[in-house]
Amino acid sequence: MSLTQEEVRHIAWLARLAVTDEDVERFRVDLSGILEHFTVLQQLDTDDVPAAAHASLLTTVVREDVPRESLSDAEVLSNAPREEGSLFRVPPILDLE
Amino acid sequence: MKIRQNMTDSLHALTIHEARSLLDSGKVTSRELTEACLSRIDATEPQIQALLTTCREEAMASAAEADVAIAAGNVAPLTGIPFISKDVLCTRGVRTTCGSKILESFVPPYSATVIERLTDQHAVMLGKANMDEFAMGSSTEHSAYHPTRNPWDTSRVPGGSSGGSAAAMAAGEALFTLGSDTGGSIRQPAGFCGVVGMKPTYGRVSRYGLVAFASSLDQVGPFTRDVEDCAMVMSSISGYCPRDSTSSKIDVPDYRALLDGNVRGLKVGVPREYFIEGMDPEVRSSIEDAIRTMESLGAQVDWDVSLPSTGYALAAYYIIAPSEASANLARYDGVKYGYSIAERNAEESIGATRGSGFGQEVKRRIMLGTYALSAGYYDAYYLKAQKVRHLIRREFDEAFAKYDVLATPTSPTVAFELGAKLDDPMQMYLSDVFTLPVNIAGIPAVSVPCGPVANMPVGLQLMGKRFDEATILRAAYAYEQATEWHLRLPQL
Repeated sequence: MSLTQEEVRHIAWLARLAVTDEDVERFRVDLSGILEHFTVLQQLDTDDVPAAAHASLLTTVVREDVPRESLSDAEVLSNAPREEGSLFRVPPILDLE
Repeated sequence: MKIRQNMTDSLHALTIHEARSLLDSGKVTSRELTEACLSRIDATEPQIQALLTTCREEAMASAAEADVAIAAGNVAPLTGIPFISKDVLCTRGVRTTCGSKILESFVPPYSATVIERLTDQHAVMLGKANMDEFAMGSSTEHSAYHPTRNPWDTSRVPGGSSGGSAAAMAAGEALFTLGSDTGGSIRQPAGFCGVVGMKPTYGRVSRYGLVAFASSLDQVGPFTRDVEDCAMVMSSISGYCPRDSTSSKIDVPDYRALLDGNVRGLKVGVPREYFIEGMDPEVRSSIEDAIRTMESLGAQVDWDVSLPSTGYALAAYYIIAPSEASANLARYDGVKYGYSIAERNAEESIGATRGSGFGQEVKRRIMLGTYALSAGYYDAYYLKAQKVRHLIRREFDEAFAKYDVLATPTSPTVAFELGAKLDDPMQMYLSDVFTLPVNIAGIPAVSVPCGPVANMPVGLQLMGKRFDEATILRAAYAYEQATEWHLRLPQL
C-alpha cells in the first residue's frame, strides 16, 4: 500500500493541516509503511461479524432537559485569542477581494 | 537500587496508607508531607524532568486546609495526600497543555471530575506531569516541551504517554500520580518505571475534563507505589458522573477492604499469543516466574489459553484510535484555545494554526485517521477495524467465562534508550502490542512490578472482567506481598 504525494496533500487538506513539501514526503513514507501493516486485517474473515463502535455496554443515555448552571461568558471566552463582546471572533470564511 | 525504609525522615517515599496513619495520629502534617515532596521535586527534576508545571503556593495552601480538616476529624482516604496529575486533565486556573504547543497558554475555566473528587477530599495537587503530545506516544519523547527520563536509568525513556506521571511516582515526587490510558499509556510506563498502574474498566472513571484523544478507549487511572494505594485511589476516583454519559452507575466497592492476600483457587489464564517471538527472552522468563509465584500461592494456572485475534489488535487499534483522534482534534482551530495564527481567511488560518501548533506524531495520527475515514476507504479500514474489535471483545468474554484473571507481560521489553524508536513509528507502536487489546475490549488491567531484567523493572499485566477491578487488585496484591519489587527504589 503506497500513497502518492497528491493523496497525502488531499488528506492534509481534509484535515486542515498546512504542510510543507518536506512534510508531504515524510507523511507519504510513514503512512505508506503503517498502511502496509494494516493489510494484515484482510486475512481475517469478518463477513458475519457485526461492527462494535464502542467497548461500553451502555445504550444511548438521555437526561432530563432542564436548565442548569454553566460557565459565565467571561469564563468561556477566557482562552479566546480574539473576542468581541460575548462572542468568539472567527477569521473571515469568504474571500471578499 | 535500595530497599525502601519505612521512616518518617523520607516522607516523600511513604505509601499513601502509611502516610494516612501518620497524618491521622498527628505524627505528620500534610504541610510536612507536601514540603517533603516539593523538596524531592527540586532535587530530582534536574535529572528526570517529569513535570511541566509545579504549583508550589497552591499546594502549600491546600495542605494547610487539609491539616485543618484533619484536626477537625473531617478525614477521607486521600485527605492531605500530595499527588501529581498528568497534564491531560483540566485543572481550573492551572495551565493544561496536554504536552502540546497548541495548548501552551490554555488555562481551563473548570476542573476534571477526577480532580474535583480529589480536591473535595483535600488531596493536595503538586503539579502537572509531562506526556506525549495529546497522549499519542509510548516514550514521552513526543512532548512539545522536553523528554522525561527513567529514574532507574536516565539514558532510557520512562515509557508513555503518561511517562511524566510514572517517572514522578518512581522518583518519589508525590505519593500518587494520575495518568490516562488509551492503548497502554498508564500500564506501559508503570512497567517501565517499576510502579503500580491501573487502567480501569471503560466507564468506571469519569472522562469529564479529560482532554479527549480516542473517546471510546480513553480512561483515567492511578500510578502508585503499591497495590493497596492503587485500591485507595481507585475507590476515590471511580463512580458515576452526570457530566460523562459513558460513566457507569455500577457501585464502587471499597477496593482496599477486599485485599485479603488470598489467591487460593483463583483461576488464572495465560494467553499464548502474549509470549511472542521478538520479545525479550528475559522479560518472558521473569513473567513466567511471576505467574509461577502466583501458582505457588494457590492460584490455578492454565498455561495454554488462546485469544486467536490478538495479532490483529495492533492494526485495529491504529485505525480506531487515530480515526477518533482526527475528529476530536478538529476543535483546535485557533478560535477557542489560545494558540492562533491569523492568515487571510478561515481555511488558511486554521491550516496554519494546526500545521505549526501540532507536533509530527499528532499530525501523523490525524492524517492516518482522516485517511481511514475518508470516502472510499471507510469500509476497508474503519468498518473492518470495528469488526475486529467485536471479535477481540468476544474472545475476552469467552476467556473470562473460564478464568478470573488473565496474566501477561505488560510490554515485550524493558524501557528502551531515548531516541531508539523515535524515527520509526511502527516500532514505537509495537511497544503497546500487549496493552492495547485491553482498551479495545474495554476491560480493566493492572501492571505490577516484577523482574528486574538488567537492573530495569518489568511489568506483570493482570487483566480482569468488566467492572471487576477488585479481583485483579486482589491477585496483584497477593503477588506483590509475596515479593519485594515494590519496596525497591531507584538510586537518584
